[in-house]
Amino acid sequence: MQMDFSVIIPEIAMVSLGVLVLILGLILPKKSLPRLGWFTSFSLIGILALVVLNWNNVGTVSGGLYLIDQFSQFFKVIFLTAAILVVFGSMAYVDKHLGGQAEYYSILVFSTLGMMVMASANDFITMYLGLELMTISFIVLVCFRRNDSESLEAGMKYVLLAGISSAVLLYGLSLIYGIAGTVLVVEVGMILAVQQSLPLLLVGVVMLVAGLGFKIAAVPFHMWAPDVYQGAPTPITSFLAVGSKMASFAILIRIFVLGMFGVSLSWGILMAILAGVTIIIGNLVAIPQTNIKRLMAYSGIAQAGYILVGMVTASQAGVKAIMFYGFIYIFAVVGVFTAISYYYNLTGSDEIKDYAGLSQRSPLMAATMVVSMLTMAGIPPFAGFVGKFYLFMTVVENYLWLAIIGLIMSMVSVYYYLMVVLVMYRDRPQDSSPIVVSLPVRMTLIFTMLVSVVLGVYPGPLSEIINKAALSFFMH
Amino acid sequence: MLPMFDGIDWLGVFFYILSAVIVVSALLVVFSKNIVHSVLWLVISFIAVAGIFITLNADFLALIQVMVYAGAICIMVVLGIMLIKRDDMNKTNMFNSQLYFGGAVALMVTFLTGFASYKINYSGNPPMVPENSVESIATLLLSKYVIPFEVVALLLTVTLVGAIYIAREVKADADS
Repeated sequence: MQMDFSVIIPEIAMVSLGVLVLILGLILPKKSLPRLGWFTSFSLIGILALVVLNWNNVGTVSGGLYLIDQFSQFFKVIFLTAAILVVFGSMAYVDKHLGGQAEYYSILVFSTLGMMVMASANDFITMYLGLELMTISFIVLVCFRRNDSESLEAGMKYVLLAGISSAVLLYGLSLIYGIAGTVLVVEVGMILAVQQSLPLLLVGVVMLVAGLGFKIAAVPFHMWAPDVYQGAPTPITSFLAVGSKMASFAILIRIFVLGMFGVSLSWGILMAILAGVTIIIGNLVAIPQTNIKRLMAYSGIAQAGYILVGMVTASQAGVKAIMFYGFIYIFAVVGVFTAISYYYNLTGSDEIKDYAGLSQRSPLMAATMVVSMLTMAGIPPFAGFVGKFYLFMTVVENYLWLAIIGLIMSMVSVYYYLMVVLVMYRDRPQDSSPIVVSLPVRMTLIFTMLVSVVLGVYPGPLSEIINKAALSFFMH
Repeated sequence: MLPMFDGIDWLGVFFYILSAVIVVSALLVVFSKNIVHSVLWLVISFIAVAGIFITLNADFLALIQVMVYAGAICIMVVLGIMLIKRDDMNKTNMFNSQLYFGGAVALMVTFLTGFASYKINYSGNPPMVPENSVESIATLLLSKYVIPFEVVALLLTVTLVGAIYIAREVKADADS
């Protein structure tokens, strides 16, 4: 069988990079290991450029099992951008707290590869294996803080719950396979379109929603998120919050919007209720948090709820809204977490009250956190407003109550985000010495802040690109 | 096939016998008080599943099932038990306070899934299984399914590197 491997050059490059970093870690002298971070980040930028240059080089590999369209290309851009920002933001943290640079960067590359496979997978087997590659890499990364019982506890919880959710997901997939007789998502879509709604299909759908709901941390499958987010090394927390979530959304969209388009009425309402509950609980439970990573975990749960809103109508506008929001979401989350991990490096604390007076000690870190948090809250003129606008526009017609819940809860979220801002700007610092921000962290902070502002003011070109990408998704 | 019992669906008979063995041994895995006994029942359950694979002509799968699951995985579980041994082995597989709630949920899911599976008629004839399934699987793995196959390879690499890293760190620190 002849195959056109040119379309999967980015994936092949990722494999090579991961292996290369691992080997370099063995042969390089110990004192130059910290440079591996720079090497990894610049290689990732190169691979990102490869994906962008191959934007229109679409096609299928291995008989339709692996699908490269603009939809998957866009998601790959999201994952690679997140990975680059995370690597830049984590260099100082890794050198100071973790060690094991080669293993860290190489496993990070492999988990990004898992996400890329998920975005392109067109059959249940590849999808599941991509998911496992990502999840297992994350389990290792979550445990990476040696000798820290909190980190190991987080890793243990993640292993157990990820295992259970994978089992549920696999069982759901096997039921769908039993009905359709094929693992190809496109063919499943064609078969289900002509069949009436079967009870077994509903059981399968519920299991898929439960399994993937765990990965995106939607209520009621969210209990792992705060503990794991808190225990994991902070750069990994941010990667978990954006990468794992958006990759799971990629297969959620692929399975539901493409594979079960014909029965979208039976799962649309389920998604709507799930989104509503997730938005409400995530935002309300975030209010009393005192640890900034737990606050961000609950805010991340609420964000998953907002993104789920785009699934409800199973339309091109919804897919587009998810992609747009996902893109701006990475910059907001990585911006906040880069500041958090750098601050932890200096003070060793993640408590919100210890952020007192950050605006005097480091105006840049404080400003980035404000901009990113306001983006997540959806306040204009920042990018989050545009993203939420696209998301809620899709449900205004048929599920007006969901849009209203979203708007009210966005206002609630402004409260707890501004509480952090208040501590940073009003309170006096205990130690008022200025913080010197290192070069890679400064680059990450400025870049994320700029993107949040620019896309908020001028979303047009990106929106056009995503429109085309979302259209390509429906062309199979 | 035994000639004197012609007309009996032997595949069906084997299926029900094997299924009964699977269900009973799986229940015993859960209800045994001693976790080592649970593992032994797990082995029985895995072997019975391999038997089901054989009735479906999936002999390669049955072989893997016995080697990997009944063999490797169960030995790993026993090793794990050995490392965290307790005083009284008869209190190693206890229930927590959620027994009745969990049991009720499990029964409900079983009933729902069973009912839903009963309502559906699996249409269409599955294609014939080739005589020599190992060769066909090998060809498929390296042609059509080459991407998932490579992803599995990477998955194992990551697992190994990660396991070694985490375990090595603990040892290095104990030395210093």
